[in-house]
Amino acid sequence: MGIVPGNNRNRICIHGGRVIDPANAIDALQDVYLADGRIVSLGNRPDGFETDQEIDAGNCIVCPGLIDLGVRVREPGQEHKASIATESLAAASGGVTTLCCPPDTDPVTDTPAVAELVRLRAETAGKTRIVPLGALTRGLAGEQLSEMAALARAGCAGVSNAMRPLVNTLVQRRALEYASTFDLTVFLHANDHALANKGCAHEGRVAARLGLPGIPEAAETAAVARDLALIEQTGVRAHFCRLTTGRAARMVARAQFDGAPITADVAVPYLFLSEVDISDFDSRCHVIPPLRTVEDRQRLREALQNGVFSALCSDHQPHEPDAKLGPFPSTEPGISGLDTLLPLGLRLVNEHALDLDELIHRLTCGPAGILGLPYGTLSIGATADICIFNPELNWQLDTHSMRSNGHNTPFMGWEMQGRVTHTLLNGELVYSLD
Amino acid sequence: MNNQGLQIDDRGRLRHFLSISGLNRQLLTEILDTAESFAGLTEQTVKKVPLLRGKTIVNLFFEASTRTRTTFELAAKRLSADVLNINITQSSAVKGETLLDTLRNLEAMHVDMFVVRHADSGAAHFIAGKVAPHVSVINAGDGRHSHPTQAMLDMFTIRRVKGPDFGRLRVAIVGDILHSRVARSQIHALNLLNTGEVRIVAPRTLMPAHAEALGAQIYHDLRTGIRDVDVVIMLRLQRERMQGALLPSEHEYYELFGLTEKKLAHASPDVTVMHPGPINRGVEMDSEVADGPRSVILEQVTHGIAVRMAVMSMAMSRRKDRDE
Repeated sequence: MGIVPGNNRNRICIHGGRVIDPANAIDALQDVYLADGRIVSLGNRPDGFETDQEIDAGNCIVCPGLIDLGVRVREPGQEHKASIATESLAAASGGVTTLCCPPDTDPVTDTPAVAELVRLRAETAGKTRIVPLGALTRGLAGEQLSEMAALARAGCAGVSNAMRPLVNTLVQRRALEYASTFDLTVFLHANDHALANKGCAHEGRVAARLGLPGIPEAAETAAVARDLALIEQTGVRAHFCRLTTGRAARMVARAQFDGAPITADVAVPYLFLSEVDISDFDSRCHVIPPLRTVEDRQRLREALQNGVFSALCSDHQPHEPDAKLGPFPSTEPGISGLDTLLPLGLRLVNEHALDLDELIHRLTCGPAGILGLPYGTLSIGATADICIFNPELNWQLDTHSMRSNGHNTPFMGWEMQGRVTHTLLNGELVYSLD
Repeated sequence: MNNQGLQIDDRGRLRHFLSISGLNRQLLTEILDTAESFAGLTEQTVKKVPLLRGKTIVNLFFEASTRTRTTFELAAKRLSADVLNINITQSSAVKGETLLDTLRNLEAMHVDMFVVRHADSGAAHFIAGKVAPHVSVINAGDGRHSHPTQAMLDMFTIRRVKGPDFGRLRVAIVGDILHSRVARSQIHALNLLNTGEVRIVAPRTLMPAHAEALGAQIYHDLRTGIRDVDVVIMLRLQRERMQGALLPSEHEYYELFGLTEKKLAHASPDVTVMHPGPINRGVEMDSEVADGPRSVILEQVTHGIAVRMAVMSMAMSRRKDRDE
């Protein structure tokens, strides 16, 4: 195999692809050389580089491995829905090399032990990297602070209370202050639980007709306003997860303009679906926060394009089939999205909602910056996480092509254009299409 | 699967009765005409017809109800069907059986029709999408979404009192529109029958956001809302609305939205007053009005049987053709 001891192991040449690396403003036809799990060269073959493996990327795009900020792997606690092993495979086949998981596992990720368990299981599965978020409060109960410093040491990229409420704004203020002590980013799901009032659909025209309990736009905007005030008060670095309304996007844009240390993301389903899609009580479109109006969908697309949202994520929530079998309000919310993150992202490009390099930015260095991790780039010396996809390959999303354990998606049956052909994690090939 | 696809078969006949939305004017008229023929029957001494002899109908009630369940039961019995009443609030749901399991078990007993009431909007649609092809589903109320037989008995009552031309009528629905499946179905039915003007009257806390999507004129003042109307339909006010900060008190609600003889003077002189029952006297309506000459509240109950007979027999006659 020609391995020089201590150096130059697993030398790979990715040949003939169009390399797009927004972190370095690269978009060029060139070869990529990897060794020892790192990027060693773009374009020029390093002196004495002997190839252990050559990957043909002709007609393909070569970009950094994708980073998904919103993935529930359901482990520990809900292994009947999915597991780290199953969802790691789905991630690898979707070109995703880093997943960020919220702390609402069972048990909650509020101790280093749970965080380490998640990371180690992912390492054992060996298909993708999982970065957990630690709980902001103990048991996510919203009352007492979690041991955030210990969680950070255990590899949590930030802290979050997931979708659970804090008992009051005093607890929130102190949690933000404590997190900022350790320079931790706080991941916020902006939702005023009292206003949401156990609703299951956007409080709009469709919910009015269907008689579904509504969640008003203000459940999100009131929470964003409160959060922005506390961010300003505490100076904490914060990230708004999965915003769903045009108004909230505008509030965040304004605060960013004023210099607030905030970022935000949006999830794929909210860019394609709207309240209209629940008209037939389609439980596959039951998501929380709910699908908003057609106009909100347009505003969200614009915010993704102009960078107010610097990350696009899947908000992956795999379920067992029974979870969606029932009257709409009784079904469990969430869409299985890992399989469709990149192909639906490419559809946005085809629909001229954003450019290809902008899309790849929102899937690589954008989220990497939010996490403060050195991934999402093809810089020389960077970890060799790479996604190779053929943007012209047509395929259909069906139960055979889906790799996630959860088949709960309203995009089932859709024609997709663009498919991942190879995924490399730490310089190792973890997925190839054939 | 849209409402129409689920409710109407490829020959345009009623397969399930889930919501007024998705039906057409012709079908509504057919229901009313069929109910008219049964209404004559219920006034005779022998009240039974053998139309559904040998058929099994299950009243599947996941939510408590006396009036609706009783009239469905009577309607089925007058059509000579066998009726089974199942109150799920006290049975399987408690043991953790899923709705679908309950349904499959009952289906295994060769049931021909389910009459379903459930607290979730969309429950009847869900069930209709899952039953065997020969089974019909009648919605007896799902969450805040739909209560189509109630709406049809109200249309039947209006047609009997005011005649068949809905185009010259102004109708006001007053009360808790937000939580009312009855109101949503009535508005759809009134619009399908080309009613001249449909109004809804409520304080903003009891009006859905984007109520304009329902297809009615919105009013927040009772006097202007019922001015010159030919029919006033009052809705029941659930007492728990005071807890949810939707209303300050029954007293203030009665002051502003309770129907009294004095307020009724703003309506057309020959106004008809309706209520789906049961009435909270002194909250949404004065006894003087409820028991007065313009009230047809008890007629509504009687008509409920004929209308439910009509819907059940229509959904089943489709099946009879198929069997032949």
